[in-house]
Amino acid sequence: MNKKTKTPLFHVAKRAALPWYKTWAIRGAALLLALVLCGAVTSLVTGENPFAVYGAIWKGSFGTTRKIWVLLQNIAMLLCVSLAVTPAFRMRCWNLGAEGQALIGALACAACMITLAGRLPNWAIILCMVVSSLLAGAVWAGIPAFFKARYNTNETLFTLMMNYVAAQLVAYFCVVWESPKGSGTIGIINQKTEIGWIPQFPSQKYLLNILVVAVLCVLIYIYLNYSKQGYEIAVVGESERTARYVGIKVERVILRTMLLSGAICGLAGLLLVGSTNHTLTASIVDGRGFTAVMVSWLAKFNPIGMIFTSFLLVFLGRGAGEIATKFGLNRSFGDILTGIILFCIIGSEFFINYEIKLTRGAGKEG
Amino acid sequence: MFDFVSFIPRAVVQGIPLLLGSTGETLTEKSGNLNLGIPGIMYVGGISGVIGAFYYEAGRTAAEMNAVLTLLIPMVCCLLGSLLMGLLYCFLTVTLRANQNVTGLALTTFGVGFGNFFGGSLIKLSGSSLPSIILTNTSNIFRRTLPFASSAGAFGKLFLNYGFLTYVAVAIALLAARVLNRTRVGLHLRAVGESPTTADAAGINVSRYKYMSTCIGAMIAGLGGLYYVMDYACGVWTNDAFGDRGWLAIALVIFTVWRPNVGVLASFLFGGLYILHMYIPSGMNLAVKELYKMAPYVVTIIVLVLSSMRNKRENQPPASLGLPYFREER
Repeated sequence: MNKKTKTPLFHVAKRAALPWYKTWAIRGAALLLALVLCGAVTSLVTGENPFAVYGAIWKGSFGTTRKIWVLLQNIAMLLCVSLAVTPAFRMRCWNLGAEGQALIGALACAACMITLAGRLPNWAIILCMVVSSLLAGAVWAGIPAFFKARYNTNETLFTLMMNYVAAQLVAYFCVVWESPKGSGTIGIINQKTEIGWIPQFPSQKYLLNILVVAVLCVLIYIYLNYSKQGYEIAVVGESERTARYVGIKVERVILRTMLLSGAICGLAGLLLVGSTNHTLTASIVDGRGFTAVMVSWLAKFNPIGMIFTSFLLVFLGRGAGEIATKFGLNRSFGDILTGIILFCIIGSEFFINYEIKLTRGAGKEG
Repeated sequence: MFDFVSFIPRAVVQGIPLLLGSTGETLTEKSGNLNLGIPGIMYVGGISGVIGAFYYEAGRTAAEMNAVLTLLIPMVCCLLGSLLMGLLYCFLTVTLRANQNVTGLALTTFGVGFGNFFGGSLIKLSGSSLPSIILTNTSNIFRRTLPFASSAGAFGKLFLNYGFLTYVAVAIALLAARVLNRTRVGLHLRAVGESPTTADAAGINVSRYKYMSTCIGAMIAGLGGLYYVMDYACGVWTNDAFGDRGWLAIALVIFTVWRPNVGVLASFLFGGLYILHMYIPSGMNLAVKELYKMAPYVVTIIVLVLSSMRNKRENQPPASLGLPYFREER
């Protein structure tokens, strides 16, 4: 029998670092492809011409001044949660529990607003809200971190489960504190007295949140890139063994970073309840804990880049919402478009990290 | 007295979607792929089946429907839909070596959106005059039980009174356990999940095993979505009704320490925990019911912690779970 040697047509090799403009060109191309696909899918479903679709997306985010503010607020909240998970991700500790940590922060905040109303002066209540939210978030992240550090428990699965424990806890308190009785929802907390409402800039309801998150973004950037602790996180993420060898206490770094991560999630919960919504529901975080994972990863864990990626996802989400209302479709259409864009960008990372080399003489018998 | 005869069948019916989901996810995870897209895949599986059944049932009366076709069309659509999702996941994570967590979450976002979008818009898109998606005729055939089941007393109620997919689910779980632990293919698959480098050196095609197990796993999980719509929900699609069962299926994988045969009973236990709040006399205090719903997750966390504390080797997650494999990077 004639033995043939099979040569593959191409092989894949790891690239040396690409210059920044090339990586952004690849990402840009992926985004463009994603937008074309989204337009195609939308016009297939609605029968509208694609440019009208893009117009609707644009209008959904920038149509009116109010829409622009809502857009900015949503970006700020998503960015806040993304900033929270980033330190843990840099350590290769997959904190998928941001949803639960933010929820528990929101719960702690609402608890202070409801139970302390009328017993303490307003400034003291707000102080309590801030402290308890941050603490609650930190504890919620600290539990999986402790077991991860001590027993190497899988943190991805642990934090994931903690989300649902938090959600049920919130559902429990929603019934306990329900108002009016029998509604099963809390309604606006302290609507008449506005006790525990974090003071806002007089004309702009969302400005405070946006400023807080902007400052936080810069702080996290500095913390991760220019502080000793940030460096320790990077080393542990690269190689735990190296970290141990140079004398970094890995367990402590894991615990510390996760506590920080949870505390920032708690902050997101605080901002959601204390500053904008003034109510508590089990869906108040609105899946941001999961979207944040993608925001953070798409930006390569760079806090400044995350401003852009969270803008992209919020922009498309709101745009798709506009399409849905305009053409009478289901609002979940936005999730489909988000999915398509994520797949394209996730796929494009391959072409940044690897190159496909054609094997010379492929197809010929050697 | 606690009414077991009515409680257990309901727990079983609740448990079967979880069983299918977790069997699929176990197969996937054994190859080292942590597919967090399972909740999305189950949605896609469910809605694909619904779409198929919807077009078949439209304009036909119950008498005109061919029983075999009524079963086959939704099932084939469901398997196809979830296969495509599995392929997408594999293409991104195995061929393009993307991060598994991110890909999985994106897949869940997409899948849940896909399910809810078509669930909410199918009527409008197909231009039909029906008020909502109610596939009673299809569901009746899916739910058909053995003729003598209801007359066989408590035994019949506990063991025989289910639609055929229930038994299929149990059979798949037992078969999966057998394949994993007793065959060469299973051995190779576990090797790929534990140490792809070693498996590759031994001449096992790592990518092929990852693709196969993930795609088959996705198809099994997709059936869970179909079972939920056709059997549990009596053919009525309601958006978001499937809820967080997908995540519960992933929890079940941990709870069973990656053993599909344990999953059979464990899924019934989870199903029981899921509906326990309806059976606990809590009087007027509705709030406590919310706490009972927490039970499956708390139990899972306890198992996860205990198994990592005891650190027994056979109870650990596959060693390369969540890590991409690239031959030139070892």
